[in-house]
Amino acid sequence: MKILLVDDELELVSALSERLSFRGFETEWVTSGEEAIEKVSAGKFDMAILDVKMPRISGLELRNKLEKICPSLKFIFLSGHGSEDDYNEGSCGADCYLIKPVKIENLVERINIALGL
Amino acid sequence: MSLKGLLRPEFWNAGKKTAGPYKSLFDYQRIWRLCFAVLVVVSLVPLFILAFIDFNVTRAAIKSENMLRGARTTSNTRRAVAYFLEERKSALQLIVKLDDFRSLPQKKRLGEMLAALKNSFGGFVDLGIIDENGKQLAYVGPYNLEGKDYKGQAWFKQITDQGTYISDVFLGFRDSPHLVIAVKHYIDNKHYKIFRATLDTTQFNGILSSLDLSEGEDAFLVNSSGIIQTPSKWSGSLFSKISFPLPGESFRTKVKEIPFENDLIAIVGYAYIEGTPFIIMVVKPEAELMETWHESRDTLTWISTVSVAVILLVMWAVASYMVERIYMADMTRSKLLQKMEHHNRMASIGRLAAGVAHEINNPLAIINEKAGLLKDLFTFNKAYEADSRVLGLVDSVINSVERCGRITKRLLGFSRHDDVELRPVFPQKVVETVLSFLNKEAEYRSINVSVDIENDIYEIVTDRGKLEQVLLNLISNAFQAMKDGGALQIKVARAEENKIDFSVKDDGCGIPATDLKRIFEPFYSTKKQTGGTGLGLSITYGLVQDLGGQMTVKSELGVGTEFCFSLPVNPIAKGES
Repeated sequence: MKILLVDDELELVSALSERLSFRGFETEWVTSGEEAIEKVSAGKFDMAILDVKMPRISGLELRNKLEKICPSLKFIFLSGHGSEDDYNEGSCGADCYLIKPVKIENLVERINIALGL
Repeated sequence: MSLKGLLRPEFWNAGKKTAGPYKSLFDYQRIWRLCFAVLVVVSLVPLFILAFIDFNVTRAAIKSENMLRGARTTSNTRRAVAYFLEERKSALQLIVKLDDFRSLPQKKRLGEMLAALKNSFGGFVDLGIIDENGKQLAYVGPYNLEGKDYKGQAWFKQITDQGTYISDVFLGFRDSPHLVIAVKHYIDNKHYKIFRATLDTTQFNGILSSLDLSEGEDAFLVNSSGIIQTPSKWSGSLFSKISFPLPGESFRTKVKEIPFENDLIAIVGYAYIEGTPFIIMVVKPEAELMETWHESRDTLTWISTVSVAVILLVMWAVASYMVERIYMADMTRSKLLQKMEHHNRMASIGRLAAGVAHEINNPLAIINEKAGLLKDLFTFNKAYEADSRVLGLVDSVINSVERCGRITKRLLGFSRHDDVELRPVFPQKVVETVLSFLNKEAEYRSINVSVDIENDIYEIVTDRGKLEQVLLNLISNAFQAMKDGGALQIKVARAEENKIDFSVKDDGCGIPATDLKRIFEPFYSTKKQTGGTGLGLSITYGLVQDLGGQMTVKSELGVGTEFCFSLPVNPIAKGES
């Protein structure tokens, strides 16, 4: 089970990655959309956890790009803003849409449901 | 509104203190003066013109009517007098034609003639026959004049030359006014006699006294030397000279204005009676003549004066009422505007708060994750106890908390006071603070923000909060005008006269020239449909004026817009420093 974390906040994404690894997930993290595309192109991932608002490439745009590279990829969105439009767009194609700050137990539960574990 | 309110309305005491580009709109005294002047001119000018026309037309009409009446009276009298004398002259001529004058010396026959003349014509006093040497041959009448020699007298010469003679009225040696009519009669081819009759003036005067004259009017005869021949009401006594110069000879009736005594003007109708020394005169002082006109003039003046007073009073009240209404409307509007300004500020604080909340959420998430990780580390691995890694994590938590604190502080700093509070401010820091609210949006929309602050600008004295809002409004306006990936340029430079120029320049859609004039007007908005109030720029303009600065805008459609404003480095503090 390989999970890719994408968020422009390095502190957040590194800590979250470490915490998920404690819980038995194999995780990698990047801080921009471009790096995420590189990572997905390089190796197989089962799931991507994306921040909605990111400089240059937003989370929703990034999902479309990543889907083209790896169609089986599952997505979970994290957002600090949580506008209604973003929610509608995000939830229609994604498995989950969570508002930051998020409880790790909720996130793990969502990941498990999405991956069908 | 009370009467006192109308005469001295509230706006009169209203100050002229207004910020904004439309100062003259709020000078109520000026509006009032203009309004009053226009109303008064428009209403009084026609009144004066009408009064003036009426004044002159009436005067001319009355005068011409009087002139005509004078002419008519004079003309009738002239005819009556001329006829009276002609009639008597003709009677004498008839007698000398019919009678054989050789028998004339017989007094009896002459007495019969005088009696007949007295009965038929009246006014005859005596009759006499004078031979060609001027000697009275025969005489009948109350005086003993037989044998009197007239040779050498002026009238005798005249009759010898002209054949008929009508004399002036004179006293003679009889000591009663009379006049003489004489005709010449040739007995044969060479020799002639003169038939002379004397008339008393009773009948003669009767012609004039029977005239239907008004109170001040006077009609009389004068002779060619200006001696009064018949009794006159006031022009002078019998045989005295008239007080005014004799008008030029005219056998037709004429009417003239003649100055007579004490600068008074009289209208004089006159005519020379042909074949006699008499001039008929009808005199009427102009003062009496124009009396009716004076009456109407007085009425006109009285009505005009009252009208003018009433018009002035009403116009005063109307102008006051109207301007008072405008003043009230402006006051209400200004209160509303303040309210709107407040709402606008609240709305922008609301928008900012939402942005800030987003900003806070990210650090909070980090705190959450870090704290969670810390917990995890202690839970999953006992070996981390008192580890330097733990300390690092704790530091990270502290840093994030601090970051939250900074953002909330800025948010609080933005809710500023209404009064201008002058403090030394670093332009660099103000620009940084403002941009810190907006840099996330700039980042997401890939807008390249460049800040160019001249090196030696250390501090200026101004109101930090107001300056921040001005910059924030201008920058967020610029952001709205720009597409993603645009460039925004903020410049701060030293200017002349101890001023600092600020400039916010974007490469957005630009403003059309027709809108450019109106963008600082309150409620002018091109985004009414999408909820724009049209207050942002007018408030910004007002804020710059509050800070003692001026604001200008340059824009080109499709190229971009540049808002510039300059602030004094050391403004004169208003009240407290």
